[in-house]
Amino acid sequence: MAAEQSLQATTPSGDTRIHNIGYRSYDGPRLGRSYARMSLYSQSLRGAYGLGRSAKSKVLPMLLFVVMCVPAAIMVAVAVATKAKELPLDYTRYAIVMQAVISLYVASQAPQSVSRDLRFKTVPLYFSRPIETADYVRAKYAALASALFVLTAAPLLVLYVGALLAKLDFTDQTKGFAQGLVSVALLSLLFAGIGLVIASVTPRRGFGIAAVIAVLTISYGAVSTLQAIADVQGSGDAGILIGLFSPITLIDGVQSAYLGASSAFPGGVGPDRTEGLLFVLVTLGLIAGSHALLMRRYKKVGL
Amino acid sequence: MDVTVIATESLSKRFPRVTALDRLSVDVGPGVTGLVGANGAGKSTLIKILLGLSPATEGRAEVLGLDVATEGAAIRERVGYMPEHDCLPPDVSATEFVVHMARMSGLPATAARERTADTLRHVGLYEERYRPIGGYSTGMKQRVKLAQALVHDPQLVFLDEPTNGLDPVGRDEMLGLIRRIHTDFGISVLVTSHLLGELERTCDHVVVVDGGKLLRSSSTRDFTQTTTTLAIEVTDTDEHPDGTRAVREALHARGVTVQDGSGLPGAGHILLLTAQGEDTFDLVRDVIADLGLGLVRMEQRRHQIAEVFTNDTDAQRKEAVGHGG
Ligand SMILES: Nc1ncnc2c1ncn2[C@@H]1O[C@H](COP(=O)(O)OP(=O)(O)OP(=O)(O)O)[C@@H](O)[C@H]1O
Ligand SMILES: [Mg+2]
Repeated sequence: MAAEQSLQATTPSGDTRIHNIGYRSYDGPRLGRSYARMSLYSQSLRGAYGLGRSAKSKVLPMLLFVVMCVPAAIMVAVAVATKAKELPLDYTRYAIVMQAVISLYVASQAPQSVSRDLRFKTVPLYFSRPIETADYVRAKYAALASALFVLTAAPLLVLYVGALLAKLDFTDQTKGFAQGLVSVALLSLLFAGIGLVIASVTPRRGFGIAAVIAVLTISYGAVSTLQAIADVQGSGDAGILIGLFSPITLIDGVQSAYLGASSAFPGGVGPDRTEGLLFVLVTLGLIAGSHALLMRRYKKVGL
Repeated sequence: MDVTVIATESLSKRFPRVTALDRLSVDVGPGVTGLVGANGAGKSTLIKILLGLSPATEGRAEVLGLDVATEGAAIRERVGYMPEHDCLPPDVSATEFVVHMARMSGLPATAARERTADTLRHVGLYEERYRPIGGYSTGMKQRVKLAQALVHDPQLVFLDEPTNGLDPVGRDEMLGLIRRIHTDFGISVLVTSHLLGELERTCDHVVVVDGGKLLRSSSTRDFTQTTTTLAIEVTDTDEHPDGTRAVREALHARGVTVQDGSGLPGAGHILLLTAQGEDTFDLVRDVIADLGLGLVRMEQRRHQIAEVFTNDTDAQRKEAVGHGG
């Protein structure tokens, strides 16, 4: 460092011709593939909140994070102030109510995570290093799912801490919080997978954002409309199964069948345990399918 | 050649519609090696196979003694790669980008930062390295691309058309840098170009491919020696009022083709012929002495490989393949 400074001091600034300061070879450790995968994971996770990127890229993810947490903080404040016996909203319902914010987050961050590498052709540089397609896909998938988990679990933590401060029943609250965490973990994996698959086939970031929003909102809009119609016509079971066709209603179905959640389906009637199994299978199938599609996509990118 | 850095044996790559590499067998030693060929000659395809990223249709290849088909990951730990296309995200700085790429090569965080600072300095990027890459000139971008290929101190680097898009000054600087990668950094280099001329000064060895086939592989010294052109100028005498013509005819009679030096100063009085070593010198000297002419000058014109290549007729190319390797 000292050598560099003294040398630069003697050369007119901007002169790029003086490079010969002596090359030092590297004899230190080379940590290989798993370390590289881990580095890509942490860089992508940080990037999902704009860390290590320009100030401008921090605005949206941070803003969405705040928007996600503020209602929880208000609920807690109200619960404490009014000495309520329970929280105004279940842990498992929170993400369902806030789905628009979550969708917006996926739509903005999935493309920034993968479309940039495709668009600027950085992917070949990764694959010219020890990591393989699977490492790249897993690191990116895990990073976005983790970022989503942070986004969806943070307000639950606010609720939980607030509930304990308001001296609500510890066992009840802990159980509800745990169920909520399982639910948002599943939601994070599902939304990350769908978002990344769409982003990986839309190198133009703007299209990626639009496509993710379209898929998430149109599927939800269509499903809830059809469910409402089915409900009016009295064919409740058909209405329930329609819920298999949009990501957020899938999560709703899984948690009302297995995680003690009250359903947002019409009439508050969600799938029973047998129908719930179908919801679980479809959810897991979509997660596995997203992973498989991403692998296929990146096998082709190669160099 | 003491050590072999790259060895291919009857290496072929066939795509549904084209044969990108056609039974290519070539050995490359340490130092700077140029891989020369026209667009579509198969240069980039060869590099992808050597990185272990694209399987060969047939044949085999080794890089640093490692088999490309089975030991790709080990190869990629020891080599660096600079692609021919743009590969830089515009919204991050050179420092951030190269640090990230160093970690992707397995360097711990502190080492990655130190090596990045060193490497960027070596390729000639100073204050600008903290600015977003989007605002860089083509020359600066090429340097960043080079830096990410060198940051983990590889044993060998593949540089795919590093002079692409550079102006003459930038080109010279890049070529100088490439030379130093070997002489100062001790890293072997395989550099591709479609211009033979620019690799003459830079490379120790040149491999020429055409249509996926090996055209020639030889050290740059051999390359220019065998293609040395002799320029001859003689005096006229009473016996031979047109001395130049007399020499031309006499050489013709002995099976040596001679061109007149049209386009050169003193055209008409200068004869150009391709020297095939010492014998040619002796022959020319004898012919001129026999005719009783005075030799004004006999010069070796070290031709640029580019000229030699473009002057090659197809027949000569085939012959070259025979002599190559
Ligand atoms: N993935 C591919 N699928 C089909 N054909 C391909 C593929 N990659 C390369 N080719 C073909 O193989 C041939 C060799 O291509 P390659 O890119 O290796 O040439 P090159 O020598 O690098 O050319 P350039 O100077 O243009 O970079 C070309 O005809 C090209 O069209
Ligand atoms: Mg090429």
